[in-house]
Amino acid sequence: MRRTLLEGFTHSPLTEPPPSADDAALAELAAKVDGAARRRLGRSLSIREVDAGSCNGCELEIHALNNAFYDLERFGLRFVASPRHADVLLVTGPVTKNMREALQRTYNATPDPKWVVAVGDCALDGGMFAGSYAVTGGVSSVVPVDLHIRGCPPRPLDLLKGLLALLEWQSAG
Amino acid sequence: MAALADIIAQARRVDGHRPWPRAVVTPDAWRAVAAELAAGHATLLGLWGDGGAVHMAVMSEVGYDINVVSVECPDGNFPSVGALHPPAIRLERAIKSLYGLEPIGATDTRPWLDLGFWDVQHPLSAHPQQPGEPTPYAFLPVQGEGLHRIPVGPVHAGIIEPGHFRFTANGETVVRLEQRLGYVHKGIESLLAGATVEKAAQLAGRTSGDSTVAYALAFAHAVEAALNIAVPPRAHYLRALMAELERLANHFGDIGAICNDASFTLMHAHCGILRERVLRAADACFGHRLMMDGIVPGGVARDIAADGGMRVKDTLAEIRWRFPRLVELYDNTASLQDRTVKTGVVSAELVRQFGAGGYVGRASGRAFDARKAQAYPPYDRLEFEVPVLTAGDVNARVWVRIREVEQSLALVDQILARLPDGAIAVRLTAPAGISEGFGLAEGFRGDVLAWLRLDGLRVVRCHLRDPSWFQWPLLEAAIENNIVADFPLCNKSFNCSYSGHDL
Repeated sequence: MRRTLLEGFTHSPLTEPPPSADDAALAELAAKVDGAARRRLGRSLSIREVDAGSCNGCELEIHALNNAFYDLERFGLRFVASPRHADVLLVTGPVTKNMREALQRTYNATPDPKWVVAVGDCALDGGMFAGSYAVTGGVSSVVPVDLHIRGCPPRPLDLLKGLLALLEWQSAG
Repeated sequence: MAALADIIAQARRVDGHRPWPRAVVTPDAWRAVAAELAAGHATLLGLWGDGGAVHMAVMSEVGYDINVVSVECPDGNFPSVGALHPPAIRLERAIKSLYGLEPIGATDTRPWLDLGFWDVQHPLSAHPQQPGEPTPYAFLPVQGEGLHRIPVGPVHAGIIEPGHFRFTANGETVVRLEQRLGYVHKGIESLLAGATVEKAAQLAGRTSGDSTVAYALAFAHAVEAALNIAVPPRAHYLRALMAELERLANHFGDIGAICNDASFTLMHAHCGILRERVLRAADACFGHRLMMDGIVPGGVARDIAADGGMRVKDTLAEIRWRFPRLVELYDNTASLQDRTVKTGVVSAELVRQFGAGGYVGRASGRAFDARKAQAYPPYDRLEFEVPVLTAGDVNARVWVRIREVEQSLALVDQILARLPDGAIAVRLTAPAGISEGFGLAEGFRGDVLAWLRLDGLRVVRCHLRDPSWFQWPLLEAAIENNIVADFPLCNKSFNCSYSGHDL
């Protein structure tokens, strides 16, 4: 173990330079007017991830945000275990009918001010699963959505760009 | 074994079901097949509804021969298999909830997958109905002094899929875990019905995102069997490359995550690096980190990028340099071993009875691996071993993964060295009429089953069975008499798919 730890000092970090915030995401966010809430939070956001019916592909890439290459926490963004501690709900999946109530209750349990980021093509409008008896058809059909990050699944870099846009917009308020 | 062969020999064979036969049997013969399963002469591979019939896929323990038997349900019922053979219980409950077909004699008649939130009852039956008033779900009763219950989920604390776990504990010791799943049920089988083969392949590839390659492969196997077409050799090798990259990425993720659940984050961080390297190599080769939609019926959608082989070789070199030291780190860290050794033991008997595949089966002595047992190309020409251990604990499930990583590295070497030239796909031509196909593919988690009926190039009916169906119930057994705090560790060592199971 010692050798592995010592190497951490001698090798340069794998963490990559941050991407610039996504322009489309900034444009979507610009439509929101909530300056007071934005100022209250400063440059740090706690994120609660909610899988509302995803195939788990989005979860894999959200997980990757915590690896050494993307290192989400350096931006002041971190995942928390409870909606009570969260500023942001990161929601994946087409929202199955079986998860609708759980998502609604998670949203209600999250204190204001809060933002909802819908991740993945099926979170936008149900995607490939739209029209099934078992899905509602997108996150915005259940809770208000502030930002969509597209992709099937979105790459970690796309997730990062979207979240950085949220952070930038939010601290600029 | 003669008994099963006799039953099937006397039944009416269905034409156009490939590659293994399907036979329509009488209710009595159906019961006899269930008795063969209960006696341990055969393994249940799948049990699913289809309009007014129920199909059961069984595999002989010797020779791994597969048969599909079907029973017609003119009165809306069929003899329960689960009454004799417990691994069938959840599958039958799902058939009842989705198709409204009643398993006669079933011991557990509670719904499964249907949590009471749909606008229809029995959505896949010929005549879906309006649901009645939802009744509260009755968890199994628990009696005894000093017991308390811990309900967990569907929304969990980590970045994982939703499901409900109901623990009953005596102090710290779990005396019973009961799972309730279905939260991510998307109705994929209803979307598959009527879809084109092309569209259906994409849906199949989104049944469980971590196994998108395995699902696409199983689905492609089924389509190619139904249409009786051969895939070009280059496509076989590229498919295997994708499958092994998927296995490597997931095993690295799992090994790290298991250690992380024992609060040993160093392993997690380093395994995360290897996982990311594999995903980037996959992206460089096939244009998608998870390789979604890379495998299509008839071959592969994209050829490997010109520098893809080099990228994979570089990645393999890095893994060969870093991974052995991580294995050493895992093996030499006493505090970590303290958590994984003898934790969450699954008996060989349970694994055999449930026909559990993947690392869950192989850590408890069940050697089945579809790559070996069915030897689909190119694995019939590649050299590899299927590592099998017998301890059945979290540690054994970690070690099976470690050994499988080593095997996959050797497989990727062989695939790259022997990658044949030529076409990467054949065009599918629509046959006249109905055809049926059955496919298996070995994913990182175990064998994925795909069964379908085609009308030309349109799916009439398709069933996909995740390996988790036969692993989730064993997790309930594994946690018994372990402490609550070891559940994340046990759960991660299984890493069952919620989405693949819920479908």
